[in-house]
Amino acid sequence: MADHAQTAQGAGETRRDFLYLMSASAAAFGTAAVVWPFIDMMNPSSDVLALSSIEVDISGVQVGQAITVKWRGKPVFIRHRTPEEIASAQKADPEVDAKGHVIANPAGLRDPQTDASRVKKPEWLILVGVCTHLGCVPLGQKSSDPRGEFGGWYCPCHGSQYDTSGRIRKGPAPLDLEVPAYAFEKDTVVKIG
Amino acid sequence: MQKRSIALNGLAVLFGLTAVLFIAASPHEEVDIPREHWSFQGFFGKFDQAQLKRGFQVYKEVCSNCHSANLLYYRNLSQPGGPGFSEDEVKNIAASVQITDGPNDQGDMFDRPGKPSDAFKAPFANEQAARAANNGALPPDMSVLARSRAGKGFFNYAGADYIHAILTGYKDAPSGFKLQDGMNYNEYFRGHQIGMPPPLADGAVTFADGASNKLDDEAKDVAAFLTWAGEPSMEARKLTGLKAMLFLVVFTLLFYAAKRKIWAKIH
Amino acid sequence: MAAVFKNPVIRWIDHRLPVFSYLQHEANDYPTPKNLSYWWNFGSIAGFMLMVMIATGIFLAMQYTPHVDHAFNSVERIMRDVNYGWLLRYIHMNGASMFFIAVYIHIFRGIYYGSFKPPRELLWIIGVVILLLMMATAFMGYVLPWGQMSFWGATVITNLFSAFPWVGPKIVTLLWGGFAVDNPTLNRFFSLHYLLPFVILGAVVMHVIALHRFGSNNPTGIDMKGQQDSIPFHPYYTVKDLYGLGVFMLFYAFWVFYAPVALGDPDNFVPANPLQTPPEIVPEWYFLPFYAILRSIPNKLVGVIAMFSSILVLFVLPWLDRSPVRSGAFRPAFKRFFWMLVFDCAILMFCGKYPPTNYWMPFDLTVMSPDDIIAGTKLVVDDLGSITFANGHFGIQIIFLGQLAAIYYFAFFIVILPLLSIFERTLPLPLSISKAVLPQGGGGLQQPAAAKAMEKA
Repeated sequence: MADHAQTAQGAGETRRDFLYLMSASAAAFGTAAVVWPFIDMMNPSSDVLALSSIEVDISGVQVGQAITVKWRGKPVFIRHRTPEEIASAQKADPEVDAKGHVIANPAGLRDPQTDASRVKKPEWLILVGVCTHLGCVPLGQKSSDPRGEFGGWYCPCHGSQYDTSGRIRKGPAPLDLEVPAYAFEKDTVVKIG
Repeated sequence: MQKRSIALNGLAVLFGLTAVLFIAASPHEEVDIPREHWSFQGFFGKFDQAQLKRGFQVYKEVCSNCHSANLLYYRNLSQPGGPGFSEDEVKNIAASVQITDGPNDQGDMFDRPGKPSDAFKAPFANEQAARAANNGALPPDMSVLARSRAGKGFFNYAGADYIHAILTGYKDAPSGFKLQDGMNYNEYFRGHQIGMPPPLADGAVTFADGASNKLDDEAKDVAAFLTWAGEPSMEARKLTGLKAMLFLVVFTLLFYAAKRKIWAKIH
Repeated sequence: MAAVFKNPVIRWIDHRLPVFSYLQHEANDYPTPKNLSYWWNFGSIAGFMLMVMIATGIFLAMQYTPHVDHAFNSVERIMRDVNYGWLLRYIHMNGASMFFIAVYIHIFRGIYYGSFKPPRELLWIIGVVILLLMMATAFMGYVLPWGQMSFWGATVITNLFSAFPWVGPKIVTLLWGGFAVDNPTLNRFFSLHYLLPFVILGAVVMHVIALHRFGSNNPTGIDMKGQQDSIPFHPYYTVKDLYGLGVFMLFYAFWVFYAPVALGDPDNFVPANPLQTPPEIVPEWYFLPFYAILRSIPNKLVGVIAMFSSILVLFVLPWLDRSPVRSGAFRPAFKRFFWMLVFDCAILMFCGKYPPTNYWMPFDLTVMSPDDIIAGTKLVVDDLGSITFANGHFGIQIIFLGQLAAIYYFAFFIVILPLLSIFERTLPLPLSISKAVLPQGGGGLQQPAAAKAMEKA
């Protein structure tokens, strides 16, 4: 008799625990489902995403000149390189094997990349103008700006110096200036992003 | 004591009856806006994409000559829950208009073909230009127009009913009605005098899919389009609502069962 | 009584900052009457709604621009471009209505069951403070989308303060920060709308502390006399509150997903235009009873005073209703007057909705404007009075109905309740909660309390 009552109670308890488990799970699931919209709401909205690429007309940029455009809230440097600038960039190239791995780095580049891998057309250098150290905008776009020892850009905040391929040569910055995704729509129009 | 009880009970009943009759009273409308059936009505209603495309065409060819829709962007036309144009179609639609951009490096404004990220091109540069071109009346922006017009619809699709009614409500003024200069008689507009001349007529727009372009259908199509324009997230809202209600029903039942179980000891 | 926790980390924290033993005490050791009905769910529902409003509000504020040129468009951007923006906005705007529904039911529960009576007077007063803060918050929040109703509602209500003699217009200019409702007004409303919910939160904390001092009231109005009358809050009322919350959320979800703008005014989808007043200026439904009281008095200043008095009278309720019997369950006369108050508030609400010169025609179930009545009959304007029998159709003017309803509202608090305290014949009270909830034969009854000393904790 007592046994029967106990098993019934035991069965009742497991039924009750299962119910509580289900209820608690439902509450947890509901809370998680509700939390996601709050988080996703902070992700970029449709209008921000719609402006994630821009088209730039570079027909007016003479050889040796540079322009700065705003893309995704950041400056993008577009420099029409002179043959000398292209040559000096290529001179400091590291040696790479067929797969692209760096075999030798005679110029001692901190972030070794070949100049060819950083441009689509050698005379057009397109870089994100944000110093890879702590985010300042390096100087060197205007001809009156200091360009550092390597003819590229000079960051006034902590002294990072970039060469004519935008690679870091001196100073605290760890990486080369970023090359954004871009494509030439026409010879005179480049689409960035 | 009996008398007091009856008096009090009677008074309470009178209050209750007054309240109920008052709440149930409906405001007398000067005109009854005819209620149409819309595909997007109801808990499971959806937009008819073909209708939205036709409605957009009506907007583009007729309404956009006077009415702006500043909160709509060309990219909205390819978003889910809308007319369902493809990305390429949207690029073409946008490129077919010239958008003023600038200033350029010389400080001048210039025109360029539209992009999907542009807002719908406005017909007038500013409110004053719009008024000057329309006898001093300002054609209202259409972005949320369908949401701003009331009617008897509890779920607020009265906007679509209203727009359809206005567009089909132009009639000759009845004898004795004093119509002011430059105004048009409309059966459903408040006061019956509207500044807008009848914008639509049978055959005003030709639809590529050969759908009916009678006035009534053109009006329905553009009303549906404007309803979408006012709330592009409607379909997402109803779908999410279904999921939420289902979950909440399960949640409530579970907690009801848990409550009964826990309280069984007490009862 | 310090509880013992198994987890050593919790014990370490609790020894230095006793949150855990405090929560344990409040949930498990705190005695709650065992007979609380579902009318007692609305306090926790209101608390839940406060959390929902704060959470959605903070995230909406990340995307909203409080400038007259950008506010309307920023709200539409939230609806169209921000991920789930439409959902958060609908939750927030319908949440305001849900919050008021829960709080109004909560208040009526308090009035009916005497939860405001000693020793809970301060608990009640803090509650009325919360109501006032909610009304201010909701009023300012409605201005933020900068639609026609936002602007004109703000103009009308801020203009009320000009009714006060001498300082009135100066106060209004101070509120506006200019010569009309404009950008300075919008900016300060945004700042205060963000601030006040946290003031409400503080007041709610005080409210709960005051509650826990003496514990909850219960449907019998009789204090707990011992352990046989009480049960621990957890798990009994935690699970009951969660169940009630589920039902409430089903109701809430219906509005959010299937009728998201039905409780609002379509005119608010028209951007604010200071040069054009909409045909009817109507506040949100939860303000309508007070709006009706305001409009029922032709004099501007007296109307304003009457409107504020309708809330201020709640502050002194514990001193107006001094009946020694707490719960309306044992007060038959009070019960009937209470329900008349409920219906009266509904009548006031609908009076606030319609233009005051319109006529309610109860037997035609319609509300008509004087123009429509005249158009349908051969009457001239002067023929219509407060009550009319135009062409055999009985009609009562909304403003007159509102005046009658306002009179009853004040009469209930200022005249009826004090008189009931003295002259009411109450039913005999049970000896205790347990005796009251036991089936027949278990309940012993007290003598009806006339003007005796009240039940004190």
